Amino acid sequence: MSTQSSRLAARVMVAPSVVLLFIWMAVPLAMTLYYSFRLYRLLSPDRTGWVGFTNYLWFFNSPDFWLALWNTLALVGGVLVITVVLGILIALLIDQPVKGQGMLRILVIAPFFVMPPVAASIWENLFMHPQNGLFAAIARGFGAQPILFLEEYPLLSVIGIVSWEWLPFAALILLTSLQSLSSEQLEAAEMDGASALSRLRYIILPHMTRAITVVILIQTIFLLGIFGEIFTTTQGGPGSASTTLPYMIFKQAIAAKDIGRAAAGGIIAVILANIVAYFLMRGIGRHLDA
Amino acid sequence: MGKITLKHVNKSFGEVAVIPDINLTIEDGEFVVFVGPSGCGKSTLLRLIAGLEDVTAGQIDIDGLDATYLPPAKRGLAMVFQSYALYPHMTVRKNIAFPLKMAGLSEEEQEKKVQNAARILNLTNYLDRRPGQLSGGQRQRVAIGRAIVREPAAFLFDEPLSNLDAALRVSMRQEITELHQTLKTTMIYVTHDQVEAMTMADKIVVLNAGNIEQVGSPLELYHRPANLFVAGFIGSPKMNLVQGAVAAAQGADTIGVRPEHLDIVESGSWHGVVGLTEHLGSDTFLKVVLDTGDTITVRADGEVGLRHGDRISLAPRPDRIHRFGADGKALA
Ligand SMILES: Nc1ncnc2c1ncn2[C@@H]1O[C@H](COP(=O)(O)OP(=O)(O)OP(=O)(O)O)[C@@H](O)[C@H]1O
Ligand SMILES: [Mg+2]
Repeated sequence: MSTQSSRLAARVMVAPSVVLLFIWMAVPLAMTLYYSFRLYRLLSPDRTGWVGFTNYLWFFNSPDFWLALWNTLALVGGVLVITVVLGILIALLIDQPVKGQGMLRILVIAPFFVMPPVAASIWENLFMHPQNGLFAAIARGFGAQPILFLEEYPLLSVIGIVSWEWLPFAALILLTSLQSLSSEQLEAAEMDGASALSRLRYIILPHMTRAITVVILIQTIFLLGIFGEIFTTTQGGPGSASTTLPYMIFKQAIAAKDIGRAAAGGIIAVILANIVAYFLMRGIGRHLDA
Repeated sequence: MGKITLKHVNKSFGEVAVIPDINLTIEDGEFVVFVGPSGCGKSTLLRLIAGLEDVTAGQIDIDGLDATYLPPAKRGLAMVFQSYALYPHMTVRKNIAFPLKMAGLSEEEQEKKVQNAARILNLTNYLDRRPGQLSGGQRQRVAIGRAIVREPAAFLFDEPLSNLDAALRVSMRQEITELHQTLKTTMIYVTHDQVEAMTMADKIVVLNAGNIEQVGSPLELYHRPANLFVAGFIGSPKMNLVQGAVAAAQGADTIGVRPEHLDIVESGSWHGVVGLTEHLGSDTFLKVVLDTGDTITVRADGEVGLRHGDRISLAPRPDRIHRFGADGKALA
């Protein structure tokens, strides 16, 4: 692919897919942008017209919006911290040579295959339920009052559920990275007098930075849009305590049937995602280069 | 100080006894080379000494103290790995300083020792590079640098030159020998290359299938191999081993004559036809098919005018004939 003609041919060949992808991406974005400046409520479909930034202002003036923004970032940040830290620990554990290693690894990965609403239902009804849940039973076993997870700690509960779902992904990526670390490097460090903790800090973690970066970037993309778990468990409540930006958009679109506002919320979410992406790439993106 | 004693050391991986029973003393300041064919347990033995593997039975003493169950870091030994095992995300400076940092030395002391090591190893201009930006020989030197800053009781090298090209191997060989002369620290060096062993060692330990075949100085092994294995392993090209009537005439099961101890004469005791000839310039190695059917190698002068198919007559130098019994051991 170096001569003039072959480069031209290459461009011509990829052009259709580039154009298609561009339309694929640009059309929905343009439509969202269009609706975000329109009055368009499904309950009164004949009352339409341009409204300028009214839809956006509604968000910025709503106290729920700032809470939702904070909740979104807290959810993303909380899940990232939990999955990366625990993921590293689990990867270190299942990298040890033990009997039934293959089986163990499958078990660790299993939660990833459970669909979000199913996972959320399982947690809500089998673990966190104040009467039937396992945690309630344990609490009663110690003579304590069962904790009302979804009522008292709604956002933390959602973070817990989502972390459980994403932990296998993190652990798996980090495990493959761990396995690519040459054992001679660890032995050299051992001979150099590095304790287990020093080896983790100076050899293993630096080796895993790229994998950790990949985990953070990929998870952030998916976590910004978390919806199913909230819908299944807290419905954004109590009040708006566990409402995130996507859930707020959903409420405007489906509950309030206000397409204009929902579209404005969508655009705000896109901008938020880009801000997050910008800081992520500035902060850790350099680890992706070899 | 670096005297290492192995007493009845035994190592098994599961059912397989890789090292059945080894007794060996390595004196302080000695350059000892473990040599043997691939898979004979050289690396395993070195790793046992380093503490990277646990012995199955037996005892390892370092400077008179039982070190059998000491962790690697406490043994005061430094190891240079075949793959160098440098830390890729650290600069050369940090790589070399790593053992010092782990030992809790101050920044200034670390820097002083790193500079000193870099000077000895000609690495001063590369201290801020990463291992990935160095050539093979430079990486090797960084690995050695990381070993020498610790001022260990002994250095352990596991085939440190096998990833280098031939020319670099020769020069690194000399550098390591010079380093040994400067530091006068015990060095244990593993290789499967008998030329490296012959040129570098004070003492060679020939291993075969986990057993010590012979221990001795390079020339001792060359002049007085204790058995057929050592006879065939030490020396290049290999010693010619001949069985049958010729050997029986000498009262041995097998006799061995090195290619350099065979003279081409008018009428000698062995006759044959020249096969392959290898001209090295200084020498010519002739493969000769004897009338008895044995193929032997003869070292002749570089200018020798013999070619394929010529009939020649050979005379082994009588005082250079090695005689071996049926059990493979050398006869007195
Ligand atoms: N961890 C292990 N588990 C089982 N067997 C092993 C292990 N390490 C080494 N061995 C076996 O022990 C024997 C000696 O291995 P070792 O690595 O010491 O050989 P070596 O002499 O260093 O060979 P080379 O010159 O190829 O490096 C080999 O047969 C090898 O298969
Ligand atoms: Mg080896």
